[in-house]
Amino acid sequence: MSNLYKEITINGLWKQNTGVVQLLGLCPTLAVTTSAVNGLSLGFATALVMAAANGSVSPVRQFVPNEIRVPVFILVIATLVTVIDLSINAFAHPLHKVLGIFIPLIVVNCIVLARVESFAAKNPPVPSMLDGFMMGSGLMLVLGLLGAIRELVGKGTILSGLDLVFGPAAHPFMWTSTDYHGLLLAVLPPGAFLGLGSLIAIRNWIEIRKAAKTSAPSPSLKPALSH
Amino acid sequence: MHLHNHVSLDIKNNMQDTMFKHASKTAITLVAFAFLGTAMLAYVFDITRAPIEASEKEARLALFKQILPESTYDNDLLKDNVEIVPNEQLGNRQPTVANIAKSNGKTAGVILEAVAHDGYSGDIKLLIAIRADGSISGVRVLAHKETPGLGDYIDITHGNWIKLFNDESVNKTPIEQWHVKKDGGKFDYVAGATITPRAVVKAVLKALQFYEANKQTLFAIAKVE
Repeated sequence: MSNLYKEITINGLWKQNTGVVQLLGLCPTLAVTTSAVNGLSLGFATALVMAAANGSVSPVRQFVPNEIRVPVFILVIATLVTVIDLSINAFAHPLHKVLGIFIPLIVVNCIVLARVESFAAKNPPVPSMLDGFMMGSGLMLVLGLLGAIRELVGKGTILSGLDLVFGPAAHPFMWTSTDYHGLLLAVLPPGAFLGLGSLIAIRNWIEIRKAAKTSAPSPSLKPALSH
Repeated sequence: MHLHNHVSLDIKNNMQDTMFKHASKTAITLVAFAFLGTAMLAYVFDITRAPIEASEKEARLALFKQILPESTYDNDLLKDNVEIVPNEQLGNRQPTVANIAKSNGKTAGVILEAVAHDGYSGDIKLLIAIRADGSISGVRVLAHKETPGLGDYIDITHGNWIKLFNDESVNKTPIEQWHVKKDGGKFDYVAGATITPRAVVKAVLKALQFYEANKQTLFAIAKVE
């Protein structure tokens, strides 16, 4: 059983990473990652929604007739996203001001429906929740990394806006360059494509090196657990 | 032949029966999920409504505090407001509110919302605090879509440019000086992004002129001297 959890985790974070392998949910990946804090926050919200969506679909999977499974899944996802949207607005208002317009968009992020459909509809609740959370966390890592690269290159800052999430106490963790004014391109939409392309290239390079070291066929070429 | 017909009719009836059962089961399931989802949303909406209103109010007051020092007024700014219908000088296309600041029953100032439509991309929403004597206490950009890293220095999180307006007034600076330096005025700007500050300077000036023209009416509605 613990092997299963391990595999789910590795799948979500690396092998089937939504951001750089499955390339699902590119809209938020490209639009929101103008800073690390934006990327991490939206990634975290997505991970929460995915864990909750998988966790609530899995226990009722026997009761959902095949013909209406997609409308039911969308209904569940939309409800959960609205609940999380309202909760963030109520209890983390400054963060909501930053992410506000992107949170409702999680509903249409196809990665959420994809995991519900391909994993939660066939597996018990606990592994399903883990799968959702890990897939979301994989996305969160990519969004955070891409955001960090773009804000460093584009604006010469590190973790700017952290105080919007954690209050003024976060100031010591923020850094702004005094003499570097940034390469505007990195913050504009093309910078998102260039940054994401680089991340995909780096991941593929690591996989190719790993495959070259072991004479056996690359593990990344094995079919994924859930497909 | 007769018998055969009868049997096939029976099967058809049975099939229709199971199809009907299946369809109604499916429909009931969908309705049940919709009902559950709606109930859950209603519940969460209800329990989050008060905290959301409170934090929105708090955020608004925190913004007011930045441009109008708390020591200068003693009333509830959010309560003492006057609705302003769409106005050419303020640039608002929807009704907005002006918040009136009072001190000991006398006018201390007013906070106006103004919109500049001629920014580089999209509207620039401004919040402008004007003291009773017509001088600016502070200006902040509420929302804008200017180029990140270029035109966004009008936003306090990206620069102190907006503080140039502090203590400005139409008495202190003649109207022909209300331009960016490039156009022969007195306001600084960052080379390469002139359109954005030009729009803001113009909008602030128009808001000041709106105040001068309408202050009597504003204070009459808010019932202060």
